Amino acid sequence: MKAALVAEYRKFTSTRMWWVLLIAMVAYLAFIGAVLAFSMTVEGDSMSGPVLLSGGDLARSIYALTSPIGYVFALVIGSLAVTGEFRHKTITASLLVEPRRGVLLGAKLLAGIPIGALYGVLGTLAVVATAAPVLAFAGDGAYLGESATIRVIVLSMVVMILWTMMGVAFGAVVSNQVAAIVILLAFTQLVEPIARIALAAFDATSSVSKFLPGSAADALLGTSFYSSLGEGASDLLPQWAGALVMLAYIAVFALIGRYTTLRRDIG
Amino acid sequence: MYSPAITIEGLTKRFGAVTAVDDLSFTVAPGRVTGFLGPNGSGKTTTLRMLLGLVEPTAGRALIGGRPYREIRRPAREVGAALEASSFHPGRTGLGHLQALAPQVGVPTARCKEILDFVGLADAANRRVGGYSMGMRQRLGLATALLGDPGIIILDEPANGLDPQGIVWLRGLLRALAAEGRTVLLSSHVLAEVRATVDDVVVIGNGRLVRASTLTEFEDLAVHAVAVRTPNPASFVALARERGWQVEDAPGGFRVHGVDTATVGSAAFAHGIELHELSDAGADLEAVFLQLTGAPAPAGVPMQTGAIR
Repeated sequence: MKAALVAEYRKFTSTRMWWVLLIAMVAYLAFIGAVLAFSMTVEGDSMSGPVLLSGGDLARSIYALTSPIGYVFALVIGSLAVTGEFRHKTITASLLVEPRRGVLLGAKLLAGIPIGALYGVLGTLAVVATAAPVLAFAGDGAYLGESATIRVIVLSMVVMILWTMMGVAFGAVVSNQVAAIVILLAFTQLVEPIARIALAAFDATSSVSKFLPGSAADALLGTSFYSSLGEGASDLLPQWAGALVMLAYIAVFALIGRYTTLRRDIG
Repeated sequence: MYSPAITIEGLTKRFGAVTAVDDLSFTVAPGRVTGFLGPNGSGKTTTLRMLLGLVEPTAGRALIGGRPYREIRRPAREVGAALEASSFHPGRTGLGHLQALAPQVGVPTARCKEILDFVGLADAANRRVGGYSMGMRQRLGLATALLGDPGIIILDEPANGLDPQGIVWLRGLLRALAAEGRTVLLSSHVLAEVRATVDDVVVIGNGRLVRASTLTEFEDLAVHAVAVRTPNPASFVALARERGWQVEDAPGGFRVHGVDTATVGSAAFAHGIELHELSDAGADLEAVFLQLTGAPAPAGVPMQTGAIR
C-alpha cells in the first residue's frame, strides 16, 4: 500500500492540474471572503434586508465559506484522480503494476487526505486573510481569538479532506471525466442549493434536505451560510451525524465504483 | 522441450454476440521472439489484455509462468508490457510517467532515467508527453515495459510509428533481449514488419488459432516465386501458358509462381527467349498470411515480398 500511495502522490504532483485548481480556488475564496465581509459590514446599514448575524457569528459564518464555496474544487480534483486515468488510458499502466483493483482505489482515497488538507488549509487561510481585516476595521471585529472561531476554521480545513475523498469515490462511479465534471458542477452549483431550499420548504421533505452532502458538511462545521440567510434549511443534523453522512457517501460511492467501473474489462 | 513462459489454454472472450477470441490455445517459449500475428480486429489485443489481467476471459485461462497475471506480486518485475502508444497523460513528462509507476514496479528514480537513456529519450525526459512524436511514444512505452527488468516482454504493435532507423533499432533490441534468455511476444498485423525479428509465429484470424509454428516452418507453406525480365514478353507469356505456369505482371517484367529459377531458365533457353533478369523473389509469405487469416488479398496489386527480409 505504501508503494501505491507514493505512486498516487507522484501522479498527482506530476501534472499541472493540482496547482491550477488550487490557485483558482484560493483566489475565488479570497475574493468571496472579502466581498462578503464588506457587504455584511461596510454596506450593512444601507441593505434593505434585515441584518441577521453580527459579531462572532457573522465572522464565523464567513470563515466557514471554504466548504460551501470551495467544495466543488475539492470534489473535482478528487474525481480527476480516477477519471484522468480513464481519459488518458493510464489506467492500463496503473493496473499492470498493481492488478489488485481495490488497492488502487484505496490508495486513491487515502491520497485524497493530504490533497484535501492542502486545499482546505490554503482555501480557509485565503478566506480568513481577506475577511478578517475587513471585519476588524469595518465591522465588529475579527473574533479570531475565540475558541469557537478557531474550531470553525479547523473544521473548514478538515471537511475539505472529506470532500476530496468523496470526489475520488464519485470519480470511481462516473469514470467519464467530462460527465463527472459536468455532474459535479451542476449538482454543487445548481441542483443541491435549490434542493436544499425547496426540500426544506415542506415538512414532508425537510428531513431529506438534512442528508444532502452539503447539509451534512454544514452540520459538521456547525454553521450554515444557508441558515444564516434565513431561507430555510436551518435544520441541521448533529455534528457527529453530519460527519457520518459524509463518510457514508464516500463509502457508498467507493463501493459502487469498485464493483462497477473497477470490475469492468479495461480495453 | 521447454517449459513455456506463457500458456494460453482454451481462451475465449465474448462481447455480447461477438466472439472476439474463440477457444485459443498456444504457448510461448523463453529465449525466443514470438510474433503474434493477425489482421486488425482478429483478437490480438483482447488476447494480450486477458493475458495481463485487464480483461476477464469468458472461458479458458492465460498463464504467465504457470500463474494468472493478477496473482503475481510485483508483476512488473516479471512481465513488462506496452499495449498502446497513446496511453500517457499528455501533461506528464516522460520521466514523470515512469516515476509514477516506479514505486509499484519497485525501482528507484535512477532506474527511470537509465531506461529513458537506453531507449534514446534522455533529451526528452523532462518534456511533456503531449509534445512527443508517435515514435517517441513507442519508445516511452518500451521504456515502461523494460522498467522492471522483466524476463517476459509483451508488446502490442511496437513498430507502429517508428521510423526505419527505429525499426532496425527495435529489431536489434528484441533480438538481444531474447538472446539473454528473455521471452519476447510482440503482436503485429503486418507480417513483413516482424519477419526479420521473430523466431516463432502464432497466427490468428477471427479470434481463432490459424497456425503456431517456427517462422521457418511457416515459410515452407509459402509458394516461392521467380522474378523475370525479358525483351520478348509475348514469347515468354506463350511459353508460360504452354508449361502451365502462373504468371503475374510485375513492374518491368513478370513474376512466375510455383517454379524455381532453374526450371524457368532452362525452358527460356530451350525456346531461345532472351532473359535480362532471372531471380528468386522469395516466398510469398504475405499471401500465405492473408490466405490463412481469411483476409482478401488486394486485387491487381503485385505483392511486395522479400523487400523487408
